[in-house]
Amino acid sequence: MDLLAIWLGKLTLVALRILGRRGTALPGLVVEKVFPRFLARKLSALSQGVVVITGTNGKTTTTKMVSTILAQQYRVLTNDTGGNFVRGTITAVVQRSDWRGRTPADVAVFELDEAHAVRFCQVYQPERLLLLNVLRDQLDRFGEIDMTAQLLAKVAARTTQHVVVNRDDPRLTALAAGLPAKVDYFGVAPQLREFFPTDEEMYGGTITLSELPAVAELLDLELGIATDLTLRIGEVTEAITLRAEGAHNAQNAAAAAALALTFGLGPAVIAEGLRKVEPAFGRGQSFEIEGRRVVLQLVKNPAGFRQSLRTVDGLRPAATVIAINDDYADGRDMSWLWDVEFTSALGSTISIPGSPRPVDAPAPPAKAGWLVTSGTRAADMAVRLHYDEIAVDLVQPDLAVAVREATFHVKPSDTVVVFSTYTAMWELHRVLERITAV
Amino acid sequence: MTTLTLVHLYPREMNIYGDTGNVLVLRKRLQWRGIEAMVVPINVGDELPADVDIVLGGGGQDAAQGDIGADFVRRAGTLRSMADDGVVMLTICGTYQMLGHEFLTKDGHRIGGTGVLDLVTRGSDHRLIGNNHVDTEWGRMVGFENHSGLTELGTGVRPLGTAAAGRGNNGTDRTEGAVRDNVFGTYLHGPVLAKSPEFADELLRRALARRGMSGDLESLDDRLAMAAAAVAVGRPR
Repeated sequence: MDLLAIWLGKLTLVALRILGRRGTALPGLVVEKVFPRFLARKLSALSQGVVVITGTNGKTTTTKMVSTILAQQYRVLTNDTGGNFVRGTITAVVQRSDWRGRTPADVAVFELDEAHAVRFCQVYQPERLLLLNVLRDQLDRFGEIDMTAQLLAKVAARTTQHVVVNRDDPRLTALAAGLPAKVDYFGVAPQLREFFPTDEEMYGGTITLSELPAVAELLDLELGIATDLTLRIGEVTEAITLRAEGAHNAQNAAAAAALALTFGLGPAVIAEGLRKVEPAFGRGQSFEIEGRRVVLQLVKNPAGFRQSLRTVDGLRPAATVIAINDDYADGRDMSWLWDVEFTSALGSTISIPGSPRPVDAPAPPAKAGWLVTSGTRAADMAVRLHYDEIAVDLVQPDLAVAVREATFHVKPSDTVVVFSTYTAMWELHRVLERITAV
Repeated sequence: MTTLTLVHLYPREMNIYGDTGNVLVLRKRLQWRGIEAMVVPINVGDELPADVDIVLGGGGQDAAQGDIGADFVRRAGTLRSMADDGVVMLTICGTYQMLGHEFLTKDGHRIGGTGVLDLVTRGSDHRLIGNNHVDTEWGRMVGFENHSGLTELGTGVRPLGTAAAGRGNNGTDRTEGAVRDNVFGTYLHGPVLAKSPEFADELLRRALARRGMSGDLESLDDRLAMAAAAVAVGRPR
């Protein structure tokens, strides 16, 4: 029967490919409908069980880190194509299986969004769970962050062996009490806590330091094109250079290390795995177009956007594109753009054309360089920047045109940064793959 | 130089859907016209300043609303006399609900309000979520609604407008928001003032007029906001 399920899924994938479509959802959906118990049966056969990784930010990168670390020891099955719904995990199993129905894997590492993690646990109780953070995100979907935390509590209660929790997120530590599984924590050193504000702290609350012991702790951090960090893994301190840039990735590394320790891997092996991790889709990936470097930064919510904006200081772009779509996967509500402060990250105060109040001194150049807003909500983004007194040079909803304009506005050897929401990022990949090779 | 005092109610708790942006929009629209704005955050236990021109409050998590409820009700008398005195207020979602007489939760608890606006709100099981635009006497306002409380208006208020696309106050009578004197309440996030510059200026004119100043405001270039509003109206709910 599993052979039939795999064939059905694989044929759907082939059909999609013939149609020239990218498919992480449909094959899984088809198999789920016809063979509802396929996933549970396949996962039960894995000798090292299933790891679920969830939270608001960092799921994809952390999943990649955990998979890369574990791959040094085990055959890893993962949904690294961005399908973080239950059907995405089914597609991953199908893709990993051969036409004879065999699935050569010892362990599965799945990123799941909060609501689908609950659904997944109804199908299969994972052995291990990694809880990253709860921040405001896509409130049009979940309503409130307290509700999101309740979803994660359900997932934690269904986990059988090990739950690894961010000790610096009080919403998560609150749900760790009384779980059937063993609980471990990861965290960042007290002097780094200001880089990783919780939701309350981001809106003016005071920073609270956790006294919970962390099995993996981020001790030090230096940002640049690469991210140099010092990580305590168990009892050992390791210096690691990550290929993906940004402070948030350093925190994700601590999370991945803590989870890897539950497999009994040694600190040196874990550190070696982290050094190998390539940046995930849109998380600091870079493309080259006729000598210009185009760096992609996926933005999904206020906390992530704020973190990503910091990379402007390291990259010094000659042009910046901000692409905002408003489909379901992006978040329908534009309010979140107003929870991000842009003045210090992107701009200098520049007078806005038509604004009756000129500035007295000549304006220094904006840190963002030549600035373009794009995507369905290009105008919304421009309004947001207008109120932070950052001049927008071009409002161009068409993403392909916007990226071309920005790229050829700057000199060869210059850098262009593109901040983009989820669906715009997919579109961007299609555009960039047409113009260039990755 | 004139300085207006803007009170921002409970910025730490009632800030969840970007409504803090309304404070920024009003402050900048004053500054761009050479009028200073002093923003005074009011948290639980803080005293309100003496001369307030504009009061702003946003939406919050249901749990946070419980925490600040008692503090809010303690100010009921003050807020009512400020409203009687013509102070301009713009309240969104949770803060809008608390300006009413009461909130009846779905399991039957009664949470007292401040009675500034003649309305009551009942909790419900499903959330009204989606893009909305509302026809008002200050033009079309666009925003995003996200609430489970259903609000019924009394005779002491009139609706801010008619929900053209979304569900509005309660999903049945097509009303959206409420107005009484210079007090406004609405479920529109967005923040609502970002894409409704005409309404933003109406609030400022009323606040300045109350200070005995001319209601004339220099016009600003709002083409971007109007373009963004037009796009928003065309988006599916």
